Amino acid sequence: MSVISLVSYEDALASYDPVMGLEVHVELGTKTKMFCGCSTELGAEPNSQTCPTCLGLPGSLPVVNAIGVESAIKIGLALNCEIAEWCRFARKNYFYPDMPKNFQTSQYDEPIAFNGYLDVQLEDGSTFRVEIERAHMEEDTGKSSHIGGATGRIHGASHSLLDYNRAGIPLIEIVTKPIEGAGERAPEVAKAYVAELRELIKALDVSEARMDKGQMRCDVNLSLRPHGREKFGTRSETKNVNSLRSVERAARFEIRRHATVLDEGGTIIQETRHFHEEDGSTTAGRIKDNAEDYRYFPEPDLVPIAPARDWVEELRAGLPELPRVRRARLQGEWGLSDKDMQSVLNAGAVQPILDTIAAGTNAEQARKWWMGEVARNANETGTELSEQPITPAQVARIAALVAEGKLNDKLAKQVIAAVLAGEGEPDAVIEARGLAVVSDDSALGAAVDQAIAENGAIADKIRDGKIAAVGALVGAVMKTTRGQADAAKVKDLILAKLGVEA
Amino acid sequence: MTELIKRTAADTAAAIASGEVSAVEVAQAHLDRIDAVDKKVNAFLHVDTEGALSAARAVDEKRAKGEKLGPLAGVPLALKDVFTTKGVPTTCGSKILEGWIPPYDATLTTRLKDAGVVILGKTNMDEFAMGSSTENSAYGPTGNPWDLSRIPGGSGGGSAAALAAYQAPLAIGTDTGGSIRQPGAVTGTVGVKPTYGAVSRYGLIAFSSSLDQGGPCARTVLDTALLHEAIAGYDPLDSTSINAPVPAVVEAAKRGEVRGMRIGVVKEFAGEGYQAGVMQRFNESVELLRELGAEIVEVSCPSFTLALPAYYLIAPSEASSNLARFDAMRYGLRVGDDGTRSAEDVTALTREAGFGAEVKRRIILGTYALSSGYYDAYYGSAQKVRTLISRDFDAAFAGVDVLISPTTPTTAFPIGERADDPMAMYLADLCTIPSNLAGNAAMSLPCGLAPEDNLPVGLQIIAPAMADDRLYRVGGAVEAALNDKWGHPLLEEAPAL
Repeated sequence: MSVISLVSYEDALASYDPVMGLEVHVELGTKTKMFCGCSTELGAEPNSQTCPTCLGLPGSLPVVNAIGVESAIKIGLALNCEIAEWCRFARKNYFYPDMPKNFQTSQYDEPIAFNGYLDVQLEDGSTFRVEIERAHMEEDTGKSSHIGGATGRIHGASHSLLDYNRAGIPLIEIVTKPIEGAGERAPEVAKAYVAELRELIKALDVSEARMDKGQMRCDVNLSLRPHGREKFGTRSETKNVNSLRSVERAARFEIRRHATVLDEGGTIIQETRHFHEEDGSTTAGRIKDNAEDYRYFPEPDLVPIAPARDWVEELRAGLPELPRVRRARLQGEWGLSDKDMQSVLNAGAVQPILDTIAAGTNAEQARKWWMGEVARNANETGTELSEQPITPAQVARIAALVAEGKLNDKLAKQVIAAVLAGEGEPDAVIEARGLAVVSDDSALGAAVDQAIAENGAIADKIRDGKIAAVGALVGAVMKTTRGQADAAKVKDLILAKLGVEA
Repeated sequence: MTELIKRTAADTAAAIASGEVSAVEVAQAHLDRIDAVDKKVNAFLHVDTEGALSAARAVDEKRAKGEKLGPLAGVPLALKDVFTTKGVPTTCGSKILEGWIPPYDATLTTRLKDAGVVILGKTNMDEFAMGSSTENSAYGPTGNPWDLSRIPGGSGGGSAAALAAYQAPLAIGTDTGGSIRQPGAVTGTVGVKPTYGAVSRYGLIAFSSSLDQGGPCARTVLDTALLHEAIAGYDPLDSTSINAPVPAVVEAAKRGEVRGMRIGVVKEFAGEGYQAGVMQRFNESVELLRELGAEIVEVSCPSFTLALPAYYLIAPSEASSNLARFDAMRYGLRVGDDGTRSAEDVTALTREAGFGAEVKRRIILGTYALSSGYYDAYYGSAQKVRTLISRDFDAAFAGVDVLISPTTPTTAFPIGERADDPMAMYLADLCTIPSNLAGNAAMSLPCGLAPEDNLPVGLQIIAPAMADDRLYRVGGAVEAALNDKWGHPLLEEAPAL
């Protein structure tokens, strides 16, 4: 793939209009599996959390996890969906060694939730509505590890290991309607949608939705059509795109790849694609024509689900504040402009700021430090803000020291840098580096006297009322004290010595 | 010892409870009988001598301690090899499960053990319960104790033959299209398909999930009722299990009285294909019921003629999915895994060697019927027929308490006669299938020997869902009247083995 040069993104968009469909699988955070009582805890010894049912042993039968159904309904409601009055599970028949029964218990033409939408906010602050086709319940498969091959895929492997701990973990699959009209922003819409969905799932407390742990997985279906044409082109299905950034990159890459093929007069093959984190490319998986036949039929081992209307309304009434509403509230509380709020969101700083406020800092200070020093570090290292090795409590402590006058901004930045570098707690860093503000009045007085003496002309200007000139003297004092003085205090002292009212 | 094996389950339980015999003696007598005759009959796939004796010992110990024994404590039972038994081989009559030792007990198995029932072993059956003759077992056919060259019915031929051969007074079957009732009919024993959902399917290796139903088999109506009561009841492990009290079947069997009941004769279950002697005994049964004070009315259920084709779409469709798990990956047979072949090839070779012809036929049929483009025409239409059949039953039961018919159109046919003619074989279930499709309750009990071949004929009684007690009320009355007439149970006319 990489040897062929792709048309540029801009050229692709000049000729074609992308249409996307996003399928997101969310592993629910229920304590037990969807159809049996086995634990869903991650990281257990392989095959230690299994029973006849999730191993698909002959004679075993499924029983629906009521919390799984409740979570599905909550997700449906939060996505503005209709909730089915009556629906069934269906068997999706296909063969794969990590699927114990060789059919997946899923839902087909009777999903629990359907016809909804999710409004997502783009980086410029505008809103894009993504229509939701359906959200349905199903079970996860086991996990295959292919041993001996170079790529970790089955091709070239000498043998495979199967872990059925994951088999039967509840999944909700959320499918969008075709996303049209996003144009060049299609990749951004895809990323924003998955990000918003993740926030929503977390707010509902039905899953941790950690993409890095596979608790949330996204398939990006994409096709191009020439501008002005209504009929969709042939789509590719890029599977298991497992970070927000990758969702955007995968969509972007597929737009360029499709355009390249179409420009050359070729045809897009309906196939699955693998996404490669390293270079953002995709490669062909299996051919997926429309003849693929899962032979769905209603699951005869389960009875239909008919959620009582008053229960659904009870769940609706109990929904938590949804992310969009919450963001608007926080923006108001924090007194931020749309642009500033968007920066906070883009940086992923909402939760760190909230946690820092909870630790006793005011909103302005909390935002200042997270969006300043810490965000800079995140950018430089190419990591998420939430992953920085500094805690909200530590930021709150530094902010408190600044408020008390024990640190100035310059010193505070040094302390943050030291904490990020792993030098320990803020107080320990200050102690070890001797970074405390010089507050000894006699030492400071001497420095002030020296500055006035050495800068007679400036001192005269100040005496004549040009108070703005005091900055130069403050700078001189800071220089002698190597920055360890409280600038505000220095200014007051200078003005006092010169007999000028501030 | 002959005496012990010919007793009813009720009498045996009473004798054990009173101390007249020990449970171990009873178990040993039946194990001896199996030893003596099963080479000829081939009712058992696996005899669990140690398990049976230790279960019997436990009952004797309980009695010795003065603990109260259940109504079937110490009574031996033959378990169809379709139910899982922890630590005891379970093959479902298939090579593909050869050597599999289940790590868990079916709910039914647990209930039997809890009741102190002594499980002697696992009985032969058509592979995955697909068949009406037990000839489709991968482990050889079972002989009908009335004539060992004839079939004992199927799929539960092993269980029925074990009863008729006095190898056990109780047996368990499963009935997807008649697999309890038709073997009962052709062996002169009693079998009941309870209401769908009455007996847990957890641990019942699925053939067709929406039709399969475990049920009791015995030589008398009362014994069948006692076993029914022991195995029925709500099971949270089976979502299709009915959460309601079990009808009072034992009381109904003891009452055995039909005066004032309205009994419908299904018009459609007669005519071409019905053996003359079968119809003769059936018509005599109708007269008998009239004499006993029942009101007989003719009932028409026009959709029943569609039952057989609908069944042969629904059952194979579900089977094609249920049997997909037998892939050589996790348990059972594995063929061709020599380190050079792909998993897919090993699966294909294993299925080729491990599934018999009838199983393959039904998997292919079902796979086809569920395929996109065919689903509506086949599976979809069959489900509509199912609804029509249920409506016919509803209409009929609006006017009558139970329906009656012959259980199966003919008496036991010779082994091999229909083996190569699936359609002829499928006709054996003509009268039994509608109840599976509708999910209601039905019984077969002996109503005489066909004059032309001196082989048993079964009378089928059908009751509405959750009215299983009516089967026992009518069955008890018919059994008592016929035993009076004959002076002994029908089975005593069977030749000695």
